[in-house]
Formats: sequence, C-alpha cells, structure tokens
Amino acid sequence: MRIFDPHIHMTSRTTDDYARMAAAGVRAVVEPAFWLGQPRTNPGSFTDYFDSLIGWEPYRAGQFGIVHHATIALNPKEANDPRCRPVLDLLPRYLDKDRVVAVGEIGYDSMTPDEDDAFERQLALALEYDLPALVHTPHRDKAHGTRRTLEVVAASGLAPERVAVDHLNEVTADIVRDSGCWMGFSIYPETKMSPPRMVEILRRHGLDRMLVNSAADWGISDPLLTLETGRAMLAAGFTDDDVDRVLWRNPVEFYRQSGRLDLTAIGSTERTFAGSSIKRGGS
Amino acid sequence: MTPLERLRAALRDTPQDEWVDAALTAAAERPETIRRSFAAAGRRVGRAPLPGVPGWTADEAARALLLAALPADRVPAETGELYRYGDADEKRAVLKALPMLAVGTAGLPLLHDAIRTNDARLLAAALGPYARHLDQAAWRQAVLKCVFTGVPLSAVNGLGERADHELAAMLAAFSDERAAAGRPMPADAAALLDRLTREEA
Repeated sequence: MRIFDPHIHMTSRTTDDYARMAAAGVRAVVEPAFWLGQPRTNPGSFTDYFDSLIGWEPYRAGQFGIVHHATIALNPKEANDPRCRPVLDLLPRYLDKDRVVAVGEIGYDSMTPDEDDAFERQLALALEYDLPALVHTPHRDKAHGTRRTLEVVAASGLAPERVAVDHLNEVTADIVRDSGCWMGFSIYPETKMSPPRMVEILRRHGLDRMLVNSAADWGISDPLLTLETGRAMLAAGFTDDDVDRVLWRNPVEFYRQSGRLDLTAIGSTERTFAGSSIKRGGS
Repeated sequence: MTPLERLRAALRDTPQDEWVDAALTAAAERPETIRRSFAAAGRRVGRAPLPGVPGWTADEAARALLLAALPADRVPAETGELYRYGDADEKRAVLKALPMLAVGTAGLPLLHDAIRTNDARLLAAALGPYARHLDQAAWRQAVLKCVFTGVPLSAVNGLGERADHELAAMLAAFSDERAAAGRPMPADAAALLDRLTREEA
C-alpha cells in the first residue's frame, strides 16, 4: 500500500513517526500551515514557521525517503488577531516556492468578519499564484460553516475542482460533493472521523474527489490512521486499486494542479544524506 | 571567461534560455521582478547538473546570474531578502553566488545563518570561497561541524591552506571522544588530523 497523506503537521511529530510512516508505506506528505496550539503574537513568528515548512521539514522528511510539500496561509483562528494579520502581506513571498502546492489552511473558525476578509483575500491569492486552495471547516457550527465556506468559494472565481474542503463528516459531505470541490476527511483516534465511518462514507459517495488524511498534529492524533483506513476498506470489500486511488492517486491528482508536485525523490535519502549537491560542491 | 560567463554559457544549452534572457533583463530594469523569477528558476530551467561547470546545477546558475544582473546598489539588500525568504534551494544558490557578487562583506550574516542550521546542504554551501571572510574561530567551528554532520571536507574551500594548529587540537579532541565511544573518526577528518600533526612534528 502506497500512501500520500494530503494533510499532516509533521513539524509537531518526531523522527519516530517518520520512521513508522515510512515503514507503513507513507511516501509523500503535504503539510498545511496552521496554528501551533500556542497563539502567535507577530508576523515574524509565521515567517519562521513558513521557513521551516519549506526548509527544515522537507529535509527531515527526506532522511526517511518521504517527499514533503507544504501549503501556506494565515490560518482562520489567527486571522482574528490584529497582531498577526500583517502576515497576509508576506504570503506572496512564499506562494511562489517550488514546494508550495496550495494556499491553506484557510476558511473559518468562528466565522467573524476578520475571518471573512482573510478567507477572501487568500482565495484571491490562490487565483493570482495559480494554486489550489485547502479549506478548513470549523469544528463548531460545522454544517452552517461549511455552507458559508462553499458560498465564499463559489464567489471567489476559483474553480471548484481546485478547492479541497477538509474535516468533513456524514453531515457535511453531501453539500461539498454537490459543489464540485474535493472532499477531505481527517481520520482521528477519538474526534472527527474514524476508519469504519470513513468506509461507510466511501460506500455512499464513491471514490471521486475523496481525500483521506490523518491531520496528525500536536494533539491526540495518529499518522498511521491513513493505513488503518486502507485496511478497513480492504476488509469491507474494496479492491487494492480502490485503496490506491483514495490513498495515492486522488491526492496526487489534487495537488498536481499546482504544477509543482515533484515526487521524483521518493524513497531516496541520497540528496539529504550523502547529498549529491555536497558531493559536487566545493573545491 | 569569468565564472558568471561560464554559468551563462552553460545555461545556453537548456531549453529555457529565452526565459533566462527575459528574466535577466527584467532584473536589471525592474529589480523587484527578481522576487518571483528567483523563486521560479528551478521550475523554469530545471535542477540538473550543468555540464562543463562542476558543482553547479541549472537552477543555481540561473539564480546566481539573476543576482548578478541586479543594479549594483540593489545587490546587497535584495540578496539578503532573497536568502531570508528563500527555501533551502534558494538559500543554497545565494550562498554559492556570494563570491561572484559585489557585496563585500555584506553577505557574512548569511554565512553565519547557514552554519547555524543543521542542513548539511547549507553548511556545505557556506564553506565555499566566500568563507574567506569568516574569522578563524568561526571557520574552525564550521569545519568541525562538517565532521560532526557528515559533510565531506572536500566541500571546504581552501582547507589545506587555512587549517591550523587550533583546528588540529579540536580534531584531536574529537578523535579522542570518538575513540572513547568506540566509534570511528571519518576518514577525511582523520587524514587531515594526521597531516596537521605531522606538519607540527
């Protein structure tokens, strides 16, 4: 089973996780920019984090043969803090980078006017930089928040097939499917979505535009729940090809729309360990 | 040919030569355009090693040429900003370009930043010819960090001329620590220590 985790916060995970993921078949990850549990208080705190997402973290992942890409954005929670909002002006510095494959996570947390503004501005950036968008849906008042999310996306001019709406459940999957956007599901040990429920959703809605992620971060989460979902699919009668489609080909298809997805280094630790550039470099 | 002319000539053989010309002209006339062209260079010209210019890839060469194309008074500030907001490939390209740019010692803080990282690619790129501006204490620490992190000492420009008694003492102490731990000393570091010790004897 080859696995592409389209949403995982590796900055919060240890090298033990990378080793377990590589052993389980995870070959590629996308790490969306989000908050850190502890609120940030200034734009510099974001840029150091973004630097990590396009510098140190891909290097760390590479040591385990895992290819790492990122999405960059001001997250909805911190869009409400006037000390953080100036980072919106710094985003263009990052949206042109080779390993940035979407604008995200954007969307709603508490559905405030400040969140409206940051969401709309960042959807416009996705258009300007020719990138897909990864959209977080709120944990509270989710159904209402998801409907409002889809209205804002539709008004932005961004094509629905270039938008993934994430953290969906049984209640919110239908409207996102009907919108033409991609459907993201975060499989969690206790909250959000479980592997058996995910299998039922796949039975009901089919495999088109379906993205399954672990969204593992600094909270109670598990980077191997993508694998568990694949196993649950097989146990429920889905084929190996079905599993490959959901856990590999779908995320590749979604992020490939950025024109920047580069999977050539999968399984290779050469570049970071022995470092072809190092061998060639120097006198 | 100057090093920059060699890079330009080598890039002539890539399919995106017209893009390079346009981006270089734009950088000279409208310096702010480098913020996007610098980031896009790898996607435009590729990242393959450049035939005829050992140690350089196509993206690194294009980025070095872009920096050199800027109006002279903009070079130090833009170089610093492009490094500050660069991904690892962009940072490495800036570090490798420094010896070719009219920046004096203005690039020194970038070297210190790169040497502070644990990214072997940046550490190696920081120890090219521009490292002559590092003071001896910082340079010795950087060389020792190469030994620690597995960067081959062949990445260190001018190692033979600059290695001194103090570096030998540091390598000897490191060798003792390795021996105590039952772990081998990297062969290139052992050879350097051996040579420095023989020179002193």
